[in-house]
Amino acid sequence: MWSLGVYSALSAEIIQAVLFYGFAALAVLGAWAIVLSGHIVRMAVYLLMTLAGVAGLYFVLGAQFLGAIQLLIYAGGTLILIVFGVMLTSRLPGQVLAASRGERLAGLLIAAVLGGLLLWATAMTPLVIGEPGTEPAAYGSLQELGREFLGRYLAAFEAAGVILLAVMIGAGYMGRRRSQE
Amino acid sequence: MKRGVRISAAPEDNQEVFSKTAMDALVPISLSHVMTVSVLLAAAGVGTILTKRHAMGILIGVELLLNAAALNFVASGRWLPWNGWPVPQQADGLVFAIFIIVLAAAEAATALAIFLNFYHRFASMDVEKADQMKG
Repeated sequence: MWSLGVYSALSAEIIQAVLFYGFAALAVLGAWAIVLSGHIVRMAVYLLMTLAGVAGLYFVLGAQFLGAIQLLIYAGGTLILIVFGVMLTSRLPGQVLAASRGERLAGLLIAAVLGGLLLWATAMTPLVIGEPGTEPAAYGSLQELGREFLGRYLAAFEAAGVILLAVMIGAGYMGRRRSQE
Repeated sequence: MKRGVRISAAPEDNQEVFSKTAMDALVPISLSHVMTVSVLLAAAGVGTILTKRHAMGILIGVELLLNAAALNFVASGRWLPWNGWPVPQQADGLVFAIFIIVLAAAEAATALAIFLNFYHRFASMDVEKADQMKG
């Protein structure tokens, strides 16, 4: 049953599949470890694992720039923010805040039902991938991406800049040092 | 084994393709493989949001959901050509994913500022403490 068929031992497709399954396992195991873990710092480390797995998936899919951006900004920015938040708001080290058992069970059940429904929908959908025999084009170069940002997505690009400005002002104001009240 | 229906331009070419071996279904990575990973990440994100009492835990769950959505965008942009208007470009999936990363960072910063205020007020990160509007 596990005959290789038409795939030679080291064909590009097998290498791509091995890399894909490796990074996918890293991402999914990290994500589910977050759900099942209780300690907040461990959840941050598992989130790092998940982000690294997703970045690897971006590299396998041919979006190298996005993979690099994911590692730089998501893992190196947002995750650091989360760890800072954990550091600044902890009083007792190692304290575990756990919801009641009934709540956790209900939450896991809802997540499982949602996951099952979506998996079923993914399996039942015939995903048309274009004309048979033609390979869908891979992601292009960085120049194309830049032209997209300054072309069709210019308005969204500028709006993202405005959002970042608003967030900087808002977060800076909300996090200001207050005199003792 | 999963059935795949390939729709081609000539109607007489339509046929159902059955996977002959496990390798045929598993090795050529396609949209459904990546979408399965995205679905599993999304389910984990929803599970985290629903079962955590620590405020940072809920934020981590939101980050998981955003990652799942960005992965879905990248995979769909890679494999789904569509004949809609406007003319699709090849970098569409990448652009959406970059916007998701930008907005996730902005939202994490805002949430952190809110949680710092929460901790300043309640001296705890337990979201059960925020019950003053109850009842």
